[in-house]
Amino acid sequence: MPKISIQDLKKIKERERSKMVLREGQFRAKVTVHMGTCGIAAGARDIMGVFRDQIAKHELMDVMLTNSGCAGLCAKEPMITVEIVDSAPVKYIQLTKDKALKIFEEHVLGGKPVEDYALAMGSETTAS
Amino acid sequence: MSASPSYRMHFMMCAGTGCIASGSLDVKDALEKELAKRNLSDEVGITMTGCNGFCAMGPLVVVYPDGIFYNQVKPEHAPLIIEEHVLKGRVVESLLFKEEAAKTRVPLMKDIGFFGLQRLIVLRNRGLIDAENIDEYIARDGYAALAKALETMTPEEVIEEVKKSGLRGRGGGGFPTGLKWEECRRYDNFPKYTICNGDEGDPGAFMDRSVMEGDPHSVLEGMAISGYAIGAEQGYIYVRAEYPLAIQRLEKAIQDAREYGLLGKDILGSGFNFDIGIAPGAGAFVCGESTALMYSIEGKRGMPRIKPPRSAESGLWNQPTNLNNVETFANLNPLILHGGDWFASIGTEGSKGTKVFALTGAVGNVGLVEVPMGTTLKTLIFDIGGGIPKKRKFKAAQMGGPSGGCIPTNLIDVEIDYESLLGAGAMMGSGGVVVMDDATCMVDTARFFTEFSVDESCGKCIPCREGLKVMFEKLTDIVEGRGQEGDVEFLIDLGHHINSTSHCGLGKSAANPVLSTIRYFRDEYDAHIRDKHCPALVCPELIDFVVVEEKCKMCGLCYRNCPVQAITWEKKKVAHIDLNKCTKCRTCITNCRFGAIR
Repeated sequence: MPKISIQDLKKIKERERSKMVLREGQFRAKVTVHMGTCGIAAGARDIMGVFRDQIAKHELMDVMLTNSGCAGLCAKEPMITVEIVDSAPVKYIQLTKDKALKIFEEHVLGGKPVEDYALAMGSETTAS
Repeated sequence: MSASPSYRMHFMMCAGTGCIASGSLDVKDALEKELAKRNLSDEVGITMTGCNGFCAMGPLVVVYPDGIFYNQVKPEHAPLIIEEHVLKGRVVESLLFKEEAAKTRVPLMKDIGFFGLQRLIVLRNRGLIDAENIDEYIARDGYAALAKALETMTPEEVIEEVKKSGLRGRGGGGFPTGLKWEECRRYDNFPKYTICNGDEGDPGAFMDRSVMEGDPHSVLEGMAISGYAIGAEQGYIYVRAEYPLAIQRLEKAIQDAREYGLLGKDILGSGFNFDIGIAPGAGAFVCGESTALMYSIEGKRGMPRIKPPRSAESGLWNQPTNLNNVETFANLNPLILHGGDWFASIGTEGSKGTKVFALTGAVGNVGLVEVPMGTTLKTLIFDIGGGIPKKRKFKAAQMGGPSGGCIPTNLIDVEIDYESLLGAGAMMGSGGVVVMDDATCMVDTARFFTEFSVDESCGKCIPCREGLKVMFEKLTDIVEGRGQEGDVEFLIDLGHHINSTSHCGLGKSAANPVLSTIRYFRDEYDAHIRDKHCPALVCPELIDFVVVEEKCKMCGLCYRNCPVQAITWEKKKVAHIDLNKCTKCRTCITNCRFGAIR
């Protein structure tokens, strides 16, 4: 990778930003497993495993599986955020493998949030 | 809502990830420009809010007081909205939100106290980016502040901006960051160093860990900016070895930044060279003290030294060195991007910006929170933290770890601010907040923190090494029933001696937990000493283990849970504890719902 310039920095920003909004035709859904030390200790790796296996099993090419750091609510780990194209992200808390499977089937595949396991929808304010 | 009363109208704009990605910041700029053009800036305010949940319809603008909801607003709509809505008072029909979004029972993030009351500057990327992907960091304005500094600002201007922001050290000391940098810049003895203190050692603190493992590039960028400002080409991150995930992610981040040329020689073609190394610490609390930390990096025994010279003049390898905390560095990207004035507009008179706290102990939402300075402790613990579980009562909050103090119920309205907390007998500290309920014995708590300080004292100076030990023994006597009249006065006297004659910051504050618990909970000390009774029923030697007949509801819970069958009970009869069999394990006390055992 060659060294980048300030212009490249802006290009990377634009390119990645457009990826952050899910669009039809690219990724239809994004599953973020929160994997800080707290999440991992509470079993986030198992949750990640469930989604990885299910995505492979269903041969899905339009579901993005990624990880991120602590979402702040350590007491309610493991947590994930599921985002489906054209709708608000939904945060799920205190997951188990079974709950993860249900979320995969109903929310990721079916597009309908599993209200019983959901904490909230939307995202936090992070700009000035 | 921070609406200034002088505004006649307010625009609320969504600043959630979705809306920002669809361009809400550009819309905000366009609206601001349009308002300025028409001299309306004093009449109409713009506030950025959390996600409304209608991301697909973003960018969203809600106009108050009317409560009109516009969606899919583009920058070119700005003149139309201002002209029609603000000036003529007519709603722009074409941009109105159509009520068709599916209703669900899931609440919105901004309506949940835990998320809605926080303000994220340091934790701006939490849960949103993959910590190991530098591109995702860049997508959220990462390294744009470094680029701005290198391209458009001189080092002096960077320092001026940081001074203007009022940013103070987030490790607990609260020294103004800009002044620290300015002093370090003055010395022209090269090489200079900038160090990130990631030796988070306070019991119950995990703010820095979360930043390092969740958003490592924000620390690297802050360090590079500081290096540019003071004239250093080498930085070190001192991380405790107990944080393997943080170390692993920092290593990956450093490697990726080097590949992009964001660390190394001639960064972004500016001619500025800067690189960062990781120095893992072996987990000694004292190595969080700046001079001890520097000795530890040099490979020497971690012990504080006498100042002056200050580290800014002669620090690591006797060269001019700047040292800031993880959280301080993580503040720099937004600070430089949005400017010192913006940063200074958040917080209180003397404390600007936000503070990250690790909420632990007897609180519902154990977790990591970031609030603007000036938020009250009550909001932090009850509105954000969700209050005290199991219907228990709030008793005190220990802030600032073993160097801090406790804040009791009657001071819970104290504002979070460096000076206010000092006034209340605690300190900001690095951000650990241990919440204690009414089942906590304050003498025992003071003893716990003192024991921690005894273990972690480096032993260099006598007041800390010997004084704390005597203090710990005296506290042990009190909780085990050997307390005597005059012990409290002795502890106060000894505590003042330790605090006033110790050598480093740790010793100077090591007696604070004891002094502050005596200040606010003197009656508990007296009960331990005079009545030989622990009011919170924590200290086993000072509990009678007798069932109070009037309070016993004869439910038998104590009987069923006693692990050594020391309790006799029959239906409709008051339980009885056989003290010959009792091992004082307190299981009966924690199980009794009526407080019938004393």
